[in-house]
Amino acid sequence: MAPDPHRSNIDIAHLRDRHRLMWRIRALEQAALRGLDDKVVLGAIHPSIGQEAIAAGVVGALRRDDILLSTHRGHGHTLAKGASSEAMLRELLGRVGGNCGGKGGSMHIADFEVGMLGANGVVGANIVIAAGAAHAIKLKREDKIVCCIFGDGAINRGPFLEGLNWAAVFNLPVLFVCEDNGFAATTRTSSMTAGGGPAVRARAIGLQAEEVDGNDVLAVEDTAQAMIAAIRAGGGPRFLHAKTYRLTGHTGVDTAPYRPADEVAARKLEEPILRAAELLLGAGVPEADIAADRAEAEAEMEAAYAAAIAAPFPGPEEAFRDVQDVGSPALGAF
Amino acid sequence: MSIISYMEAARQALAEEMRRDKLVWAVGEDLGRGGVFGQYRGLVEEFGPERISDAPISEAAILGASVGAAMMGTRPVVEMRFSDFALCAVDELVNQAAKARFMFGGQTRVPLVVREPIGMWRSSAAQHSQSLESWYAHIPGLVVACPSTPADNKGMLKAAIRCDDPVVYMEHKNLWPLEGEVPEGDHVVPFGVARTVRPGKDITIVSWSAQVHVCARAADVLAGQGIEAELIDLRTLWPWDQQAVLESAARTGRLLVAHEAVQVGGFGAEIAAFVAERLGIKVRRLGAPRAPIGYAPPVEDAVRISETMTVAAVRDMLGK
Repeated sequence: MAPDPHRSNIDIAHLRDRHRLMWRIRALEQAALRGLDDKVVLGAIHPSIGQEAIAAGVVGALRRDDILLSTHRGHGHTLAKGASSEAMLRELLGRVGGNCGGKGGSMHIADFEVGMLGANGVVGANIVIAAGAAHAIKLKREDKIVCCIFGDGAINRGPFLEGLNWAAVFNLPVLFVCEDNGFAATTRTSSMTAGGGPAVRARAIGLQAEEVDGNDVLAVEDTAQAMIAAIRAGGGPRFLHAKTYRLTGHTGVDTAPYRPADEVAARKLEEPILRAAELLLGAGVPEADIAADRAEAEAEMEAAYAAAIAAPFPGPEEAFRDVQDVGSPALGAF
Repeated sequence: MSIISYMEAARQALAEEMRRDKLVWAVGEDLGRGGVFGQYRGLVEEFGPERISDAPISEAAILGASVGAAMMGTRPVVEMRFSDFALCAVDELVNQAAKARFMFGGQTRVPLVVREPIGMWRSSAAQHSQSLESWYAHIPGLVVACPSTPADNKGMLKAAIRCDDPVVYMEHKNLWPLEGEVPEGDHVVPFGVARTVRPGKDITIVSWSAQVHVCARAADVLAGQGIEAELIDLRTLWPWDQQAVLESAARTGRLLVAHEAVQVGGFGAEIAAFVAERLGIKVRRLGAPRAPIGYAPPVEDAVRISETMTVAAVRDMLGK
């Protein structure tokens, strides 16, 4: 990688903060994976281990009242937006006190209190919804922006074209972020994608687009900050292509035998938390402090996991709550 | 009371709701020039292009963006042009709009109205003529409304716009010019309350949308033959007025459900089964053959449920 001028004047306290957040994300997902082994996380989970810099860099650059939409691989984004780790683990375990009362699980995690309008179980579906959230912001003359994160697999779905075009035509305040981990589920995205990739497609639709090393939390944040400022100033949608690597399989139970071990080993050396730690060490932060960030994160998630396991399941009456106002869901059945 | 068309009734309903609530806005292709059928004519002059918004031919974005805009507190009225085209946005309607409130544990509502004009019109063939209301009645979270008169098209569209649930609002293309009396003032028709079109003692006929008018003509013919059919306009498929249908069918002892949509898997099957399970009376469905709709008039008419067929079905049920 080319040397970056901002490395000479790193804001150490800020980088420590990002380092802590990345560890909180990783520790949360490690707790979730443990929940699979313990057979308390019952549904599919899609870890973002190795991709934490994008959550910490992009989402960390948003205001609390900005809006975020995420994907099936959205734990990191949700935590970075400000959701409670305990509520998230309760949701992953399907328990009372989960963000969605245990009714959504990992793939539908949402926290409207912090502007997180939902993960989504359908690839690319959040892109058009995000455009609409931004449309409402424009109609209401608010100065919030919307951040929409999706994977590299999503660029082959129709809503990618429709949502980007919509945001551009209506000049909407949206930051689209393609979190490119190289895999569409278990298939290498490059083998199923024609043309020059996400940024080239975005530019063809008229959006200003940039590519960034998605494992460099400061580069991600700096790029996102500049784009967010331009969007908030009325400049219309922007597109950020952040390249990273998924260190786990597609789901928590996917051992990813479809990729060579040496590839994964090489990528582990470039993972974002390690790189942030190296920068901190180089800037004179004691090793013990860096280790403390990890220990604190793991302790937080350990306690959250214990609380989640102790929480009860919602009762069967929840099956009929929040279906709709009009008409009883139990009518016409049984 | 004033006499206006089914189309004008909907236009007035939208205009009145947009004056009442600044968060209501409409979006769809060609709305600025009045909509494909003219049902938005004059509205952009009053409300401007932001609230009567044109859209690209991007059904998934029109509906998906409306889901996002609804979750952010606005109340979009979404124009899909033809119910057939709304199939390009089924994920946005079925997986997103209908599910968001439940799967997010009640953190949000999706108060949008999707206008999906349905039905056979004139030589519009297989992709511009379908009646797909039963698809959406099957989906938890959605309301399905099928108005048959100008009064209902005003009162039900107003109810749909005020509803916090996503509403699939299916106007019948053949009814646009139909004129009828519409009450003055803030006329709102609640969902789930059927309308008795004509009383009768011999048989209950349940229908909705344009087919109600075919059934009404059949009931006139039957009356001339000494058969008194009670005709119920269901108005909404979800929620549907089970009480009104059960009460009438228990009284007449026979139920015929007639609809323009394909009979196989149609909503008539749901009503017939529901009534048969509870009353054990004679029930019958009258719906279209399971064939696409053709362009040439004789081919198109071959799948149309006529007044004559309705009369024949009733007479057969009565053993006449």
